[in-house]
Parts: sequence; structure tokens; C-alpha cells
Amino acid sequence: MSTNMTIHLRYWRQSGPTAKGYFEDRTLSTVNEHMSFLEMLDVLNEELQLEGKDPVEFDYDCREGICGSCNLVINGQAHGPKKGTACCQLHMRNYSDGDHITIEPPRASAFPVIKDLVVDRSAFDRIIEAGGYVSVKTGSAQEANARPIPKNDADLAFDYAACIGCGACVAACPNASASLFTSAKISHLSHLPQGDVERSNRVVAMVEQMEEEGFGDCSNFGECEAVCPKEISIAAIADMRRDYARAVLQG
Amino acid sequence: MPVCMALNRSINCSTKSIIMPTIIKALQSQVGRKLMTGITGIALMLFLVVHLAGNYAIFASAEAFNIYTKKLESLGILLYIAEAGLLFFVLYHSYLGISIWLGKRKARSSGYEVYKSRGGASRQNLASRSMILSGITILVFLVVHIWSFKFGETEMIMSADGEPMRDLRQLVIDSFTTWYIALGYVVVLSLVMLHLFHGAWSAFTSLGVTSKNNTQAFKLGAYIFTMVLMLGFIFIPVYIFVTGGTGSLIAY
Repeated sequence: MSTNMTIHLRYWRQSGPTAKGYFEDRTLSTVNEHMSFLEMLDVLNEELQLEGKDPVEFDYDCREGICGSCNLVINGQAHGPKKGTACCQLHMRNYSDGDHITIEPPRASAFPVIKDLVVDRSAFDRIIEAGGYVSVKTGSAQEANARPIPKNDADLAFDYAACIGCGACVAACPNASASLFTSAKISHLSHLPQGDVERSNRVVAMVEQMEEEGFGDCSNFGECEAVCPKEISIAAIADMRRDYARAVLQG
Repeated sequence: MPVCMALNRSINCSTKSIIMPTIIKALQSQVGRKLMTGITGIALMLFLVVHLAGNYAIFASAEAFNIYTKKLESLGILLYIAEAGLLFFVLYHSYLGISIWLGKRKARSSGYEVYKSRGGASRQNLASRSMILSGITILVFLVVHIWSFKFGETEMIMSADGEPMRDLRQLVIDSFTTWYIALGYVVVLSLVMLHLFHGAWSAFTSLGVTSKNNTQAFKLGAYIFTMVLMLGFIFIPVYIFVTGGTGSLIAY
């Protein structure tokens, strides 16, 4: 059994990068509690299209919380109210009949709006390009256990590698800092022998690129960790600072 | 480094050539600014510990406080160096804090209509969100504080061994028996406590000392340190005001 809910939506409309945006209000009366948040937006778009209006653009791909495409700011919280959950995995059962929901795109100067709720996150790609890679020897595959890695290091690298690059950390940060993203991308490589070769260059290049893109300073608010759908700890940021100091002092 | 050599032979490791920044340039980067905020912050906290220890001379013998301040003043050039260092730390720390705060607007030119903290792991609270306000208040307070105690008018008295010395102790007692001065100090010291509730832990995270395993311990340690330190400071004006300067802890 499922019950239908009425939800009052207020969402950001912006026809293009340079257009002036505004909020539009609309009430949906057929929201099913089993719908994901994005399915609820599908219903909204169906209604809009039936009336001959433009649908609301929003980013999505996998809808199972692993791709990092969706990045809505829901009632002032990146990915909405549920801990460790991307908004595609947020179900309408978390809301009650008659709720008001405001949906905004992530707001950051480095994430310009493309249309409606879709923002350009290529700044993240450029941070990765600056140093978020490892150099590997091509040819026949190495034997899997040829290079033993301590379990603690492997675990730590895995924790940081969980970052899906959705940008919720930037969206939620009061300073619009990209420190959690950048540090996770640095630290998941620097803890492994494969990533050790470029370690110093990587941290310097990625930190420089992060600043160049116009992201803000980190004030250790920890809001990024709270909203991260992969619950990446801000210990990654401390790690990045340690790595940076080490790289600079070693020259 | 066999792997590295193999790599160097086979492919070009980097697509972008990196020039390691000089230390001066590195300190101007986002990470460098944060490191320096932490270092100057910790230095200032250490100064507060020493300052507090000195303050408690007021509860020792009748002459202890004045002898302590006279000793400090007789350090001459050493005192000037220490004062210049402190001034530098305060100004550097303030400059960094203000520039980080100003940078917020640039990094988020259009804000949210609705914004709410998620709670949980977030450390957004009254302390962390008011760093700029508590910080600026402390900066203004410092001017008044130094003006009134370092350069304040005091009587010259004779010590037991016939040395003339400033009666700073009397100035402290006279000040804190005045209700608005005592209240002002308690308010500002409470703001310092608020500043440190975020700052003490944050400084160590800025220096990259904290990790997943020890961050809780650092948080707890920072809270206890802040409480003990700042309640220690607050006790003095409160005690002097409540007892009218004649409490049993103050020897005559």
C-alpha cells in the first residue's frame, strides 16, 4: 500500500548561464511515498510538459547513489536531510503530506549554473587533471600480491576513494571550499605505493588548481563531512595539509 | 625506487610541469594560509597560558604581582622582542581570518534562499560561525586592554627592599571593583572562550595533526583546555568584583 502526498515545491529556474534566475512554485498532489526524490521531479516534469512548458533540468545518471551526478540542495541541505545518502536515494517517505520543499542548485562561483538546477562542475575535472592520477607501467599485468600494502593504508585509501565527486561538500560549505573533494582525491592515491611517485607534485598541483578555480578557504566547519553521501571524513583535509607541508619543505 | 625508474623510462609521468613553490609562496596558498592560522593560533594560546600563570601572582603575597610586573619590564630588549613577536602573531592571525572571511563572498557570489546545517559530523555552531565577530571583538579589546594596564597610570610605591615599583596590583583591583570594567572583561573573556571552542581544535586540524582516530580526543582535549584556561581568566575579575577587592585570597 502506498499513500499519495501533496508536496509544495519551490525550485530554481534559470534559462541559461547568463540569464537571471528566479524561484517557481508548484504543488504536486500525486507524490507516492516510494518515489525517490528524482522520480518526484520526473512527475513534476511530466506535468510541466503536458502543459507545454519547459521541464526543470536537473543532473542525474545512475540513480543508485554511486555516480555523483545528482547534487540538489534540498531545503538548504546538500542532498537533503538523510545522512550518507545522495538525493537520488532519498525517498519521499522521508517527507510528510503538505511539506514545503525548496530545491536550489549548488551555489558556488566555481560551479556556474548551466540551466535550472544543473551546474557546471568541470572545475572538479580540472583539479583531477592537475594531479589526480598515477603513472603505471603498461604491458602484462603484475601479479596481484606482488606489492603488499598494509591493511590500514589500504582501508584509508578505500575510504577516500569512495568520493563520487558530486560537489555536495562545496554546496554545503559556508565558504564554498572544495577542500574535502580535493583532499579525498589526493589522499586516496598518496597512501598507496602506486601513487607515491607523484606524491609531492600531486598535492601542490591540485591545491593550486583548487584555488585557481575560485573555491573558498576551509574553516574546518566539517559541514562537508556531514553532507557527504559517502561520509568522507575531514581527516582527509588534515592529511592534505600534512602532505602539502611535507612537499614544500622537501622542495 | 625500482618502480619509479621503470616509470621514468616508459612514460612521461606528468602532463603539467610542477614548480615546487617557495616557502613564501606556499604560505600564501589556501593550505599555507590555514597552516599559518593554526601556527599563530597555537602560539597565541601558549601565550595565554603564560599570561594566566602571571595573573595568578595577584593571589600570592602582597608584593608578588608588582614584583612580577617589574621583572617583566626590566627585561628590556627581550621584552620588546617578545612584544613585537606577539604583535606580529596577532596581526598575522587577524589578517588571515579576515581575508578568509572576505573570500567567502567571492567564492559564493549568490547565496542560498534556504540554508541549514545537516548536524551530525558538522561543527557548524555558534562558536565556528562567529569566529570573525569574536575575533574582531578580541582585537579591539586588546587595544583597550594594553592601553589600560600596560600604559595605565599607577602610583609608585616602595617594595620591602626599598626598590620603587609601579603599583599595578592596585590598578587591577581598582579596575575590577568598577562594575562596568569587570563586566566588560567577563564578556570579552567569554568571547575568547567561544573563539577557542572552535579555534583550539581547529588549529590542530589546520596543522594536519588530527586524523580519523584521534580527532575525538583532540576535540575533547581542546574543550577541556579552553574551559580551564578561560575560566581561570574569568575568575580574577569576578572574584575581585564580588569581594570588593578585599577577599581572603588577596593578601595585604
